[in-house]
Parts: sequence; structure tokens; C-alpha cells
Amino acid sequence: MRKLAVSDEILLTIDKPARYIGNEYNMVVKNPKEVDVRFCMCFPDVYEIGMSHLGIQILYDMFNKREDVYCERVYSPWPDMDRAMREHKIPLFALESQDPVKAFDFLGITLQYEMCYTNILQILELSGIPFYATDRSEEDPIVIGGGPCAYNPEPIADFFDIFYIGEGETKYDELLDAYKEMKKNGASRREILEGLAQIEGIYVPQFYEVSYKDDGTIETFKAVNQYAPERIVRQAVTDVTNSSYPEKPLVPLMRVTQDRVVLEIQRGCIRGCRFCQAGMLYRPIRERDVNRLKELADKMLEATGQEEISLSSLSSSDYTDLKELVYYLIDECGSKGVNISLPSLRIDAFALDVMSKVQDIRKSSLTFAPEAGSQRMRNVINKGLTEEVILKGAMDAFRGGWNRVKLYFMLGLPTETEEDIEQIAVLSDRIAREYYTIPKDERNGKVQIVSSTSFFVPKPFTPFQWTRMATPEEFLQKQRFLKGKMKEQLNAKSIKYNWHEVELSALEGLLARGDRKLSKVIMDAYKDGCMFDSWSEYFVYEKWMRALENNHLDINFYTARERSYDEILPWDFIDIKVSKKFLEREYEQAKKAVVTPNCRQNCSGCGAAVFSGTKCGSGR
Amino acid sequence: MIKARIKFEKTGSMKFIGHLDVMRYFQKALKRAKIDVGYSEGFNPHQLMSFASPLGLGLTSCGEYLDLQLKSVTSSEDIVKRLNDVMSEELRVLDFKVLPEDAKTSMSILAACDYKITLRQGYHLWENFRQELDAFLGNDTILFTKKTKKSTKEVDLKQSLYEYKIDYEAEEFSLFMQVTSGSVFNVKPELYLQAFYESKGMEYSPFTFEIHRLEMYADTNAKKGEVNMNGSDKKRVLQPLSEFGETVS
Ligand code: SF4
Repeated sequence: MRKLAVSDEILLTIDKPARYIGNEYNMVVKNPKEVDVRFCMCFPDVYEIGMSHLGIQILYDMFNKREDVYCERVYSPWPDMDRAMREHKIPLFALESQDPVKAFDFLGITLQYEMCYTNILQILELSGIPFYATDRSEEDPIVIGGGPCAYNPEPIADFFDIFYIGEGETKYDELLDAYKEMKKNGASRREILEGLAQIEGIYVPQFYEVSYKDDGTIETFKAVNQYAPERIVRQAVTDVTNSSYPEKPLVPLMRVTQDRVVLEIQRGCIRGCRFCQAGMLYRPIRERDVNRLKELADKMLEATGQEEISLSSLSSSDYTDLKELVYYLIDECGSKGVNISLPSLRIDAFALDVMSKVQDIRKSSLTFAPEAGSQRMRNVINKGLTEEVILKGAMDAFRGGWNRVKLYFMLGLPTETEEDIEQIAVLSDRIAREYYTIPKDERNGKVQIVSSTSFFVPKPFTPFQWTRMATPEEFLQKQRFLKGKMKEQLNAKSIKYNWHEVELSALEGLLARGDRKLSKVIMDAYKDGCMFDSWSEYFVYEKWMRALENNHLDINFYTARERSYDEILPWDFIDIKVSKKFLEREYEQAKKAVVTPNCRQNCSGCGAAVFSGTKCGSGR
Repeated sequence: MIKARIKFEKTGSMKFIGHLDVMRYFQKALKRAKIDVGYSEGFNPHQLMSFASPLGLGLTSCGEYLDLQLKSVTSSEDIVKRLNDVMSEELRVLDFKVLPEDAKTSMSILAACDYKITLRQGYHLWENFRQELDAFLGNDTILFTKKTKKSTKEVDLKQSLYEYKIDYEAEEFSLFMQVTSGSVFNVKPELYLQAFYESKGMEYSPFTFEIHRLEMYADTNAKKGEVNMNGSDKKRVLQPLSEFGETVS
């Protein structure tokens, strides 16, 4: 019988013990003594969220294909378990072997959103690994970070030995080989870090020094170790069809957030929405061959027995062979009792046909993400969706029997005026009006419109990386204004307006474009009890504000400040192969509300073509 | 559709998996094993299955039952093997039987369960524990105050204690019990231990003992909704749930 790290008494007193026992179907079992490298992969949030993440499944599978590596997993213990572990002095353990994380060669932490930063400190503390990379000894694992937030690693730079900048499939083999070799030769921790720093895409923060001007902006950012390159270049897969993909994904024992097989149909996006970080970070579009996808779908469903398959990409509708793939899945899955979920589909005739086949029209809703209410604003953010297209899509759907619509918008976009905000209410209402143009006996009861707004948070490596973010007060004012406008609409009763928490967005804005000075703030907030900040029941804004104040830092310096093009941004040393010139040009076009054509219409020469197989933008 | 019954065991770390999660595990395992399961109609078709009785979190068992409907069957042996090939070592299928067309679900006919109760590692009992417990369970009545959120109710647990045996030979404590179960009346085995501790004026810690379910029975002499507890006029005729169908070869 497997021996668990935690006693029955504890597991039966805490909530959802299945989070901590491993043993999922398709879990990889190896003898840790028979491998050269032990890698513990961490998603710093609760099990149900972490287990739903595709990236970890890809790397878990890829690492474990190597005989000399055993990759295991760990997630953030929920506060009840956290308490029990501290009380009983149980060190954080990996799910597979149930061995302490501290015994591993690597602790790899995926950084999917800023609000998980305090959870990183929890992971380190429970593992017994010193918080600061420079305090770690030969006994400690090498702590490596990756994922979208690694593109501005500076706020958490002090806590990591290494950041991996780019897509995991590209350089990890080289990294693991190099590590194995150095370990065999008895290299010291420092020698290992120097060795790894020479691999493309690897950033070792302690080999760099930052100095600041009096106004708080960066004066210089310099490599201070001879092996550390001045610039870190993003690594990306060119041929996604033949890159590693898990054919036997893990099947959790308990219900998780995304309880399904995930098929990543393509990486990158042709659209170039100016607010979207993923759209820039994962350029260019790279499509996975449709035959490979069919094969993967069959294999994954067979190996997991999952009852649902979901297509994953930033904009599924742009996938060239989407029809072929989707109709194949409908034929294959339908007969086997498997549901298909198709997020990020643009509403058109094809989408409506597919939706009517895979879901119950009466229970499902249409989703549009215009992101902004007015056409001017949509031009600013380069969202190619027009009101005409939205209304036509909605109308076709209404005629097909749908009567529920979800709309997603952002508040606080650059150059936004009250007029633009009002248009959010007007557009919501216009959709409802369209519905009621259908004769009563042909429509399906009342229309229900749910309009949601989130607050715009500028992100690094987007054309809006220089822009001023609104303050919480401004956001709230915009929200109140919109609420009032919603009430004025003819169909106000049919429109439900949802909004986000402003404080969470403010903090996200702080951390997203933060610098190294923020590491102390994160530490102080954690010491003050902050953890699971992305969970509203645990998020305490006041503690963060106190931590900022104690460190004499002003949140508005990071959020509500327009940067100039010549300012050194904290993430400037990273080269994502989308040129800064292109981003600058895009910001200028945005200010003029001029649209840039998408990659298939016309290449704008952003620079990402270096990762493209043939003709960039085609996806092939 | 063909009605069928699976008997399975749940051991080791799987004891931390809740009842609904076991159901989901089977749904996926049946798919992996390519068993020809029957589905409900509609946009979200689900497999037609039901369990005899949910096993509490923390308990292990070698006598769990799952009823399901199939469109076709190969052989019992083949189905057991195919399932076990795609299931955890700690969740094993023991038996597969096809039920008569008019068979009632195991949930509706369940009447009694066997349990084995042992001492959890690291815990200790006082010297004459076995004798004292034996004497307590031998009393004519075992009164116990059941406390729920709304009310407190005094019940006599003796009525639903069909059999028990304490093993005096074994080095470690081991108690066998057969108690009333099912949708009409259901008792948990730990109630007897709790009652015993309370009779001594001591506090019962739920972690002292490990509980393992051994078998489930139907009472073939009971009508629908009827429970023949100790003292009732009718005689109980208990038959394990696995004995209601046929092995297919
Ligand atoms: S190089 Fe051109 S086609 Fe390729 S991603 Fe950049 S803008 Fe798009």
C-alpha cells in the first residue's frame, strides 16, 4: 500500500483530502532512486485549479518520457491543510512519492496570474526552502519559474533561482541534460546556475543588478556575472504538430475546475488585440495539424475515459480546419457519450450549427466579447468585432431558438470617455431590442442579457504597457456611471449587469508592471497573512496597502502613471521577438483609433516570424 | 438494456475519495474499459448506474455494490478483467453478474451490512477492553441518544445488531458486526463503540478504530419498506447482494 505523507487523522479532519493523496489515473510511478533528476512541478493554487491547467500536463508528460527524470506534482495546500501542516511540522510533499519537496533537484513553479505570488512564498515556507534565492544552500532544490507572469519576473525575481522565458517544450531537455552532467561532476550550486544561465531563454536574476533614479524609475539594468547574457530571448516552438503532447493526461479523483480532456488546436493568435498579453507573448499563430488533433482526441479519450473534450486556443474560429475537426469530433464523440465544449468561438452560421448539435439551446447562452461598447473604443483596442456582426450573430441565434446572451466588456481602456462607457449599455439594449423585433409567437419567451465588465489592467509586452491605468476611485466612478446608464435603457429589466472587484484589479495592475522593489511588499503582505489572494474570501486589500506604505512605495507609481517610450521598463531585458518598435507603433495607432489588420490580412512585421514554419500568419 | 451488478473493493488511499467521486471514477473506468454501457436520453446523456449504499469517507470495504445497465455483455470474467486493467490497485472489481430483468436495485433491497472493526495503528486500548465491550454488546438493550441538529432521540441499538463477535485469539483487537442497513433504517457501526465509550463516561475518538465493510445483504423475506429487526415477528433471510444474478461465461 502507498504510504501517505499525512496521517489519516489529519486527512479526515480537513476538507477534500483527495487533494493531497495523488493516485490519479495515469499518474506516473517511478522509483526515485533510479532517476538522475527529480523535478517537482508546482501550480501555486488549490488542487482543483492546478489540475485543470494544460501546461503542467504537457510538461509532466514530457519530462516523464525521459527515463532519467521523475517529474512529480504539488499544489498549494488549502488554508485548513496549511494550518495542520504547520502545527504538525509536516513538510510540503509531492503527490506521487509523497516525499518532501526539499528532497528534489528542482521545484518548478508555473506563474499563470499575479495574484498567486504570495502562494509561492507559502510553498517555499512549507517546503523549508529559504525565501530568497541567495540564502539557499547546496541542499535546496533549484527554484525555477515559468509561464506568462515570467515575462515580467521582476517583482518575484528575488525568490527564484531561475526563470524559463518561453514555451517549455523548447529548452527543458537541454536544461535537464546540462544539470545532470554538472551534478554528476559535483558542480556547486553557483556553478550550476552559471552553467544554466548560458542556455538561451534562461534568466538567473541574481546575476543582474538594477539601479534606480530618484523618481523611482530604472537607471540601469546590468548583467553582473560573466555567464549571464544582457538580453534573454523568448523560446518558442516552431512545429506544434510534432511537439510533445500528453496522450494519457491525468484523470483526477475528485471534481476539478476543468474536468475534461483538453485539445490545444493552435498556439498564438492572428488578431492582435492591443490589450491582450497572450496575443503578443505567443506570436505567431501556429496551428496543429488536423490529423494529429483527431489522433490526439481519440487517444486521450480512450486513455482517460473523460466525458468531455474541450478545444483550447485564443481564438478557435481562426483555426483553418475547424469545420473538419469539429464535425469529426461530433461524429466520434456523440456516439460515445462524450460532450464537446467549444470556447472562444465567434458566433456565425457554423458556430450556431455546431452549438445546436452539442448543447441544449434552451439552456445555453451565446457569448460575445466586444470588450468595448463603442466602435471607436473597439478600434482603439483593435478588436475587429463590429456592432453589425454582433447584431447579426445574435439575430441568427434568436431565430434559432436562443434567448440568452452574455456580453463581456472592459472599463478603463486608454482614451475612454463617458460616451464610450454609455455605449456598453446602449449595445446591451440594442441586442434586446433586436430580439423583440421577432414576432411574439416565433420567439422563445423573454430575452436575458448578462453584461459583465472587468477593469482593464495594462500588461507588459502589449502596446498598452506604457499606459496609465485608472485608479480604483476612477474605476468605481465609471462603474457607477454605467450602472446608471444601464437603468436608463428601454430593456433595462432584461439586462443584468455584473462587475468585478476593483481592488483585485488594482493589485493585479501593481504586480503586473512591478519592479524588484516589490519583492519586499509581497514578503510583508505574506508575513501579514496574505495568501490565496485570487480568492475573494481570503483577499485583504488593506494588508497590501499597509505593506506598500511600510516600504514607502506608492501604488500609483506602478499603475496610474503614463510611461514615456524612453523609460527603461523592468521587463525590457527580455526579448519576446515582438519588437518594441512594433508595440510603440501600435500604441500610437491606438491613440488615433486606427485599426491594424490581422496577421492573415497583412503582416505588420512584428518580428515573431522567426518562430514561424513557412509563411508567418498562415499558421502552417 | 441488460441489468448488471458489480461487486468491488475500496482500499488504501482510495478511502479518502467520496462517494460521488467513486461514481465518477466508475463512469470513466467503464469508458476506458470500453464496456457497452447504457445511457440516458438528452443532451447530456449519463450512464445509468446506482450504488447500494454510500461508504463513508475514511472507511474501506471489500463488499461494495454498483448496479448498472448495459447494452451488451461479453462474459463476467472478461468484464472484470477489462475493468481491473484500467482501474487503480486500490479500487478493484471482484465480481460481475447479470441480473434478472425484474431485479430491484441493490439500494432498494439492502437490509444489512457486515463490518470488521480494528484498532488504528498507534492507538491503544485498556486491558479488559474486549471483555467489557463484549459484555456491553451482550446487554438486552443498548440505549443511545442520537443527536441531530434539530432533535435528540433515544434509540435501542440492540434491535439492529444482528450479530457480533470479538476475536480473542488475535493479538490485535478485532470486532465483527452485522447491523441493519438500507433506505428504511440505517445504522453506522461506530455508534455501538460510541455508546460503549459513553456508558463508561469516556469520550469516543473517531480515529481510534478503522472500519472495513465486508458484505451487504438483502432480506429475501422482507416486503418493500419492511425491516425485520431483532424482535420482529418475521424471520430474516439474508442473502449477499452478489447472489441475485448469474455469472455470464
Ligand atoms: S510577423 Fe507578421 S504575420 Fe507574423 S506574427 Fe508578426 S505581424 Fe503577424
